[in-house]
Parts: sequence; C-alpha cells; structure tokens
Amino acid sequence: MSTTQPAAPGLLNRMFPNGFDPLAILLQGRAFFALIVIVIVFSLLSPNYFNVSNLLQMSQHVAVYAILAIGMLLVILNGGIDLSVGATLGLSGVVAGWLMQGVKIPELGVAFYPSVWVVVILALATGAFVGLINGILISKFRVAPFVATLGMLYVVRGVALLITNGLTYPNLSGDPEFGNEGFDWLGFNNLFGVPIGVIIMIVIAIGASLLLNKAPFGRWLYASGGNERAAELSGIPVKRVKVRVYVLSGICASIAGVIIASELTSANPTSGQNFELTAIAAVVIGGASLAGGRGTVRGTLLGAFVIGFLSDGLVIVGVSEYWQMIFNGAVIVLAVLLNAITYKPKQRLATPSAPATPPTSDRAPDTGVGAAAGKIAG
Amino acid sequence: MAADTVVLRATDVTKRYGGTHALKGVNFEIHEGKVTTLFGENGAGKSTLMKILSGVESPTSGTLELRGKEVQFANTVDARDQGISIIHQELSLAPNLSVRDNIFMGREILTRTGSVDYKAEDAEVRRLMVRLEENVEPTTLVSDLRLGQQQIVEIARALSVDARILIMDEPTSALSASEVEVLFKVIDDLTSSGVSIVYISHHLEEALLVTDFAVVLRDGAIVAHELADNIDLEWIVANMVGRNFDLGEPPAGITSGEVALSIENVQVVDPGNDSRLVVDGVSITLHKGEIVCIYGLMGAGRTELLEAVAGRTSFAGGRVLLNGEDIAGLTVAQRIENGLALVPEDRQRDGLVQTMSVGQNISLASIRSYVRGLFFSTPAESSLVKTQIADVGVKTSGPAAAIGSLSGGNQQKVVIGKMLMTQPKVILLDEPSRGIDVGAKAEVFGLLTRLASEGLAVIYSTSEVGESLSIANRIIVMNKGRISAEFDALGATKEQVMAASGESVAALDTNGTN
Repeated sequence: MSTTQPAAPGLLNRMFPNGFDPLAILLQGRAFFALIVIVIVFSLLSPNYFNVSNLLQMSQHVAVYAILAIGMLLVILNGGIDLSVGATLGLSGVVAGWLMQGVKIPELGVAFYPSVWVVVILALATGAFVGLINGILISKFRVAPFVATLGMLYVVRGVALLITNGLTYPNLSGDPEFGNEGFDWLGFNNLFGVPIGVIIMIVIAIGASLLLNKAPFGRWLYASGGNERAAELSGIPVKRVKVRVYVLSGICASIAGVIIASELTSANPTSGQNFELTAIAAVVIGGASLAGGRGTVRGTLLGAFVIGFLSDGLVIVGVSEYWQMIFNGAVIVLAVLLNAITYKPKQRLATPSAPATPPTSDRAPDTGVGAAAGKIAG
Repeated sequence: MAADTVVLRATDVTKRYGGTHALKGVNFEIHEGKVTTLFGENGAGKSTLMKILSGVESPTSGTLELRGKEVQFANTVDARDQGISIIHQELSLAPNLSVRDNIFMGREILTRTGSVDYKAEDAEVRRLMVRLEENVEPTTLVSDLRLGQQQIVEIARALSVDARILIMDEPTSALSASEVEVLFKVIDDLTSSGVSIVYISHHLEEALLVTDFAVVLRDGAIVAHELADNIDLEWIVANMVGRNFDLGEPPAGITSGEVALSIENVQVVDPGNDSRLVVDGVSITLHKGEIVCIYGLMGAGRTELLEAVAGRTSFAGGRVLLNGEDIAGLTVAQRIENGLALVPEDRQRDGLVQTMSVGQNISLASIRSYVRGLFFSTPAESSLVKTQIADVGVKTSGPAAAIGSLSGGNQQKVVIGKMLMTQPKVILLDEPSRGIDVGAKAEVFGLLTRLASEGLAVIYSTSEVGESLSIANRIIVMNKGRISAEFDALGATKEQVMAASGESVAALDTNGTN
C-alpha cells in the first residue's frame, strides 16, 4: 500500500470528492476495494486468474452485465426498478435471430434477408419498445414499477418463446449469398486486442456518464429520483424523464442481447434469465440507493466487475456451483447492508419527518388538516 | 394555589436539528391537576417541546424531572408507561383499522389464552365514546369517519391510557363547536381527578377558557408565563408576536402600475372530497412591483389557491391571466417559462432535493438557460449559482455543500433563489417564513421588498399576523376558501386581520374573555 500512497489520495479524491476521513473513503470506495480484494485473493489461489487473456475474457462476461446494469442504474436513479431487462435481452436476441433467418412471405414467395445493421437496429428497437410500454404503464397509468416490469418480464419472455416456438435459432453467422454475414463480428472480434463487447460497454459507460453529469436530462433524473414533487414544481418534465429512463434501460438490454446472440451465434429465447437480478445487484453494490437519486456509472461498473470477477474466479478455482450462489448472494446482502450504513445519517436529514427545520412539525394549522387527511388517505 | 405541585419540570431544555435551534434553554413546569397552555406562533417550538415531554424526541441538552426525579424517556411507550400521553396535532391513526384496534394499538387487552379480548375492548371503547358524547361504533373503520370524529378517536386513545399527564397538541382543530364543548367538559373532569394537562391551540380565546397557566413561547424560548386569571387576549398576542418584530415596510408608490397577475373568480375542488370547494371564487389583482399578503388559518385555502395558480393542480372554475394571457392548460414548466414561479409551503417535501447539493438545488429550475448544445456548461452554471447564492444571501460553505447542512432559513433562501433564477415576473411564496428564525425571516422579507422595488410582483401567504402587517401593500384575508376581508397596508390592525380570518373568534358561542 505504501508504494501506491502518493497516487492514491489524488485518485481517491477525484473518485470520492466528499470523502476525507479514511473510514468514509473505505466505505465510499467499498466496491473498488472489494474488487481489489477479489483480484488479489483469486490471483493467490489460482495461477490462471491474473493474466491478460483471462482478465479480458472475464471482462467480456462483465460487459453484458455492466451494460444491463447501466440501464438499470438509470431506472433506479429514478426511484424505479426494471425487472424486464433479462427477458428483453432474450427477446432482442430472438428478433435478431429471426431476421437473420430471413423474413419469408409465403404469399409472394419471397424472402428478405436484411443486412446486419438493419438487424441490429431492429433488435434495439425491440428493447426500446418494451421500455416504452414499461414507461407509459408506470408514468401515465401509475402502475408500480415493480409490478409493471414484472408483468412485462412474463409477456416479453412469452413472446420470445412464441417466436421460436421454444427452440433456439442455431446459426446467426449469415450467408454471403444473401449479403447478411458479419453478425458474429460483435461477439468474436477484438479491436486493439480488446473484445468488441468490452468496447461497447466502455462507450455506453462514457455516454451514460456524460448524460448523467453533463446533460440537463441527467440533472432532471437525479432531481426527480431525489424528490419528484420538488422536481415537478421546478418545472422538470418528470413524466417524460420517467418514460425515457425505461426506454434507455430497454435499449441497454437489447444491446446486451445482441452481444450475447453474437457471441453464441445463436439466439435462445430463454437467454438472460435472472440477469435482471444480477444487474440490480451490480447497481446496489455500486452504491446506488434503491430509493432513487443517488448512484453513479462508475460505481455501477465497479459493481458489475465485482460480481463478474467473483463468479468467474469461483469457477476458475473450482468452487461448486451451489457455493457460488451462496457467495454471490452474501456479497449482495453485504453491499446493501453497507449502503444502509452509508446513507443512514444523510437519510435521516433527508426525510421530511426528521427535518432540518424542526418547525415542519410545528406546522401551521393550514396544512394540518391537509397533511393529516393525506396520511389517512395514504 | 399554594398547594400547587409541579409534576413535570423541564430545565434548560435545548433541541437542535442540524443547524437549527428549535429550543433554546426552555424551563417549563406542568402543575398537578391544572391546564397549562402553551401559546406561540408557528415555528416557536411548541410541538418540539411537546415531543420532548412525551418521549417522541430526546432533548439535545437539559433535564426532565417527573415528580422531582430526573427521567429520560427512551420512546413514547416509555413515556406512556410513566403516565404521559399525547394527542398529536397531526392524526396518527391507521385508517385501515377499526376505531377499537386504533385505540388499543400496541397494548391490546388479552384473554387468558393470549388472544385479543375484543369484547372487553369494545366495552371500553363504548365507555370512552359515551364520555366523549360521540356516537361511533368500535368496529367502524377510521377511514370511514370524518376528520372531527377521527380527532375524537385520537382523544379517546389518549384517555384510555389513564395518563396522569395529558398533552393535547391542537386537539380542536377539526372539531365542531359542540364537540369542543364536550372536550372541555372532559378536561374539567380530568383535572378535578388530578390529571395535569398541557394544551396547545391556535384558537386563542377558546384556549383561554380552559387555561389555568399560560406560557408563551417565541423563537424557541419562553418569553412570558402568567396565571390565566391575570391575562387577556392582548397580553397573549403581544407576547406571541413580540415587540421588536420589524420585518420592514411596504415598498412605496406602486399599486397603480400595470397588472402582472389577475386571478379571477378561481375555484379549486378539495382533492379528498369532490363535492367541496377549498377555494371558492377568489379574485386577486396583482400589479407589477406590488406585494400582496394572503393571511388565513388552517383550511383557509391559501395553499390550494397558490398551487392551482402555479399549475400543480387545476381549477374547477375561474381563470388566471398572467400579463394579460390566460394560463389555463399550461404546465408548471410552461408557467415558469412565462415568468410565474411558486415557492412551495413545505420546502422539505416540495422545495428541495435532499440528495443534491446546494448549487444543484439552486440551478434546478433553470438548467435550460445554460445548456450549450447537448450539454450544459459547468462554468456557466457555477458562476450563475455563485451569483445567486450571494444575491439571496445563503450562508453556506459553498455550492457543493449538502443541502441538509443548512439551517431552515438558508434552505428557504435556496428554494427562493432557485425560483428567482428562472427570472420570474410574478413570484408566489407559500408561507415563506415557516420554520425559520426571526433573523432569517427579516432577511427573506428584505429580499422580497428589494425584488418588488425592482418590479417583481409578489404574493406571499402567512398564518402569522405580524408578518401580514409588515411588507405587504395589501392584505387579503382568506377564511374557508373565500376572501373575507381586504386591507390597505396602513389601514389594518392585528385584531381586524385576525377577526376576519376567524382566528380570535372562539369556536364556542361564548364571548370569550372580552
């Protein structure tokens, strides 16, 4: 640690601008430190863990989770949750597979073979459409996010199974005869030695980071997740923000779906099962608050790496699958526990019932009835 | 009187919330078998003190002595076990449960087998209802009761504990005159059987009827206490408001300028009850550079009116013209763009985003104005935010400070600053002085006066009569959704304003102390 000491404070300060005391830094950077611990422990346990090819391969696994998790982060910042991303991932792969097989119109006796770009764009549109439905259900019809996206999980998964009739599209490599080859490029190729999936993850992470920190939309998102009423009264289009967040989450899910289908050069309607839970776990490990308004892309990326590097490490070391589940579960619970500790003091100040301004409790009678009636109604 | 014993004594009690001093060294005594009434304006610290006495909150410093023995209450159950019970200002009933289950919540009567003895509970509830002369069945759901009956249930619950000290925080706010009469009879019964009562009410005359000892709180300190026999309404008002309460004077020479906002015969429906109007035909004309105060009590409809004008809720009737244009159908955002801004009443709930910094809160409503291309310009934002922080006088360590680190007054300035950054032509402030100390109040009012002299049209609402008589060019008094009186700045007295609001008129048909 002493050799890294000079670099660490600068780095940490940049990463955690509010953390001064060591305990706070440790707590704030918990995902970061957890990742370092994971890498060190598995490097000691297995000679095959810490080398470039394995790290890249693990990163490729992480990329899918990370892309899902970044979409999930946007939803969670809004105070919502998106349980449909795993199913959307599966459906997008299936849509891509279906298009790659050629769209046959028997009445005319013709078949279209859309080019790979069209396939990818239509697959992403599928995700955007699912997200749009989620968003409209939640913002316009005020369905609880948990319920709306749980319902969509089943609908979307069902649609994916219907399209393939429960089977897998086995070969997505396309055919030079139809001019639609190259779908496997995403999953198999490298750019400068880095898998394309990882590069896509990095691009999405940078894009999301800019969106959150530099674009008005990001500020609107943090504000409406932190206090929707205040955001609305400040003239923020809270409903539009909400719809867009689910659309973006759906698009992220379908990007992940296309990457997986490309890696496997096949489209399985059941792929991505339970991935929504991994994505949520990554966001939570990354320090975001499920209540909304708090969380960063950086933290979420770290969270995805913690989960990915831990589960791959357990596989490499040869721990049984059942133990892997237990480890992963324990990490998630620990992360939530630490979140509770970090947010507790701030949260106390934040809740209206423990106000920084005591006299909210000594309210004028004007709202006394309104507030009381509100309580009773609610 | 010499036989008086003090059952509960609070010595040098202070309470801080973050940077706010809610109580500053309060010494308070409760006399056995007497009614001690606490008077004070909103934010004076009455409810905070009662929360400390009943174990809801613990004091930052200071001691409590119960019958001469120092005590500390871990929580409300602890306080209840030691004989102290409280009727909260805001109802704390579970609407989905029956009257009976609410009254016995957490201390159910059990049979020998350990199940709940509903028969015994029902009998007890009936006994309590007979005593309170209310016809409510034990098994009725609380959500099916009207507000006044819910308050009765709240009172019944406190009575059922057999407390030796009973704290009543605004127990009559939703009661009818005859219900108040019954309550006062019950209070008489209780005191004659040795129960000590602490009473808080905004209905001053009504409160005087039951008071034995009067104590006045102002800005977290006790400023006066006296036997009820020796005081009158004027004494209370004078002490509540304070002598050196100077919030400034109305800016001179306006009212004839062009009309900035015209509210015409506006009606707003009660969100909880479609058939009732909370704002019933209110018309206000506001000129450029003018300050209008809307004064009123609970349920007067001030908040509902301002929220409807700002676009949070919709009108049932009437129209609002902003610079001569009808704003019906415009969203909150569009109204802000057209120069109409609202500073909401409850800044914790509606004004601030606690997860964001001071600077981010200030720039929240005006991000669009410094967007360059796709992204906003951080330097432009931070320079605007810094200017605004200086302009409205927020005392903070910097734009990056957590919003929770500020005192109530400075938080309020952040909310005002946020809306001013949208460069409004009309600003509505709903109870801008709520929960902030006198110094901050004076600063906020000074700011409003300055803005008005620069041409901004200002409407602010208040439930403190001293505030209504300060900087406003005109005072509009609302009572039960209607305008009950309108005064010029110079033509009004405290008594006139309060009388028009219905405040000093007792709910009872008696003539009070006058």
